[in-house]
Amino acid sequence: MIVNIPKPMDEVKELLADYPRVFILGCGGCPIGCESGGQKRLDELKAELARPGRTVSGTQMIDFLCNKALVGAQLRYQIPALKLSDAVLVVSCGVGVQATSAMIDIPALPANNTLNSQGMQGLWPSTERCDGCGDCVLHLTGGICPITRCAKSLLNGQCGGTHDGKCEVESNRDCAWHLIYERLKALGKLDNLKKLPRLRDYRNWDVSDKDRGTTRWSLEKDPLYKAPKSAGNQ
Amino acid sequence: MSKLKEALEAGKFALTGELGPPKGVDIHAMMEEAEKYLKGRVLAINVTDNQSSVMRIGSLGICARLVQAGFEPIFQITCRDRNRLAIQSDILSAYILGIRNILALTGDHPSLGDHPGAKCVFDLDSVSLLYTITKLKSGKDLSGNDLIGAPKDIFPGASVTPGADPLEPQLIKMEKKVEAGARFFQTQAIYEPSKFEKFMKSAQKLKVPVLAGIVIVKSPAMAKYMNEKVAGVFVPDEIIKPLSSASKDDRPKVAIDLMANLMKELKPMCQGFHIMAMGWEKYVPELIQKAGLA
Repeated sequence: MIVNIPKPMDEVKELLADYPRVFILGCGGCPIGCESGGQKRLDELKAELARPGRTVSGTQMIDFLCNKALVGAQLRYQIPALKLSDAVLVVSCGVGVQATSAMIDIPALPANNTLNSQGMQGLWPSTERCDGCGDCVLHLTGGICPITRCAKSLLNGQCGGTHDGKCEVESNRDCAWHLIYERLKALGKLDNLKKLPRLRDYRNWDVSDKDRGTTRWSLEKDPLYKAPKSAGNQ
Repeated sequence: MSKLKEALEAGKFALTGELGPPKGVDIHAMMEEAEKYLKGRVLAINVTDNQSSVMRIGSLGICARLVQAGFEPIFQITCRDRNRLAIQSDILSAYILGIRNILALTGDHPSLGDHPGAKCVFDLDSVSLLYTITKLKSGKDLSGNDLIGAPKDIFPGASVTPGADPLEPQLIKMEKKVEAGARFFQTQAIYEPSKFEKFMKSAQKLKVPVLAGIVIVKSPAMAKYMNEKVAGVFVPDEIIKPLSSASKDDRPKVAIDLMANLMKELKPMCQGFHIMAMGWEKYVPELIQKAGLA
């Protein structure tokens, strides 16, 4: 399971500031297990976000957002609503945000922070990767993750080693920041490059016991069924 | 007080040189080269920080020795090998050793060097390192704690690649570096004046002095290597052809003449030169003289 938790509501509203019409997409995989997504959260987000000045153009649950083919096939039915949207708010782990971003040409924005990938990881059939840094910036980077795609996990743009759009580490590896630059240029969002956080807080990388307790990991701690005490057992 | 800062703020054309520390503790040859060829000719000397991710004597140690010997060093700091505690601590150490100039760099990836299996750190990057220096200068550490004595007159600089294609992301990052505290720039090697002029026009609004990088092309093979491997650097045929047709003995003279002409052409566009001789320190005096800068 890829453990992810909701970003604080204020942060979600802030990252949606430039996008008055938003479509909300939910993953039916790990966020269900983490209790950080599902139809219930989509309904809550819709109620909270559909206020004067902002419309929610639609919502949809898709089983596994990490599966791009599935995302493409299911979103096909939502093209009319997507045409009326400025961005898609994605309620999933970082992989789901990146996979969604790769299928649409409007920004895909993360509603969750991803903490860790433990145990069974559901479907993960493509190139998108999430390190569970706990402080998702995909809304600023055009849905391309600098933590997993940049060899140095840089946050402030390309380093001096970028060459013809490739990385200094391997000549055939794309420079993540070149991809981000091209994507943001296409989205008309180059200003995002100046909004990135200067420093990372590595404490977010770890999963606290509290967050473990909010997910179904907690089920591992407590047995699902406790037999009632009967006279025979006493 | 940094003499480099004084000169650049007074609008004087500045020359800086560069030394790469040796691998091992014998610094005799390096110090002798500095005395013979750089002393009195450049305002300050950059000391590289495990350059190309190859382990050597640390930049801090060599900078301290240069201060003792009467030079003004530029302490190059990369973010590859140290986290934010170690870097801040080294900056404070540098200050008490009399080091005032710092060049903030992200650093090459360890996999390019001689310890390719090393863990890379990159807790900070060039932009956040500049921000860190700015914080320290203000009397606070990166977490906002008070310092007992602030390193107020550190003069922080950064690097830029004027020949990068596309140039726009390079300019965006340069602006971020200025916002984070960069007060001078030293560039990657320049061989194309027209491209550099275009870059300087765009960079002008930042109002930060730029020292154009001068790397002497020693041979056609070196030019070929740079064109293939070094990001944002292109050595044109006008430089490669005369080097190819010169005999091996004549090559240094031809190379120096070519570079001197290039420097004459670049001089009106920039605020100084950063000369990276890379083993050809002995030709630096001649180069400076022929470029009309002695």
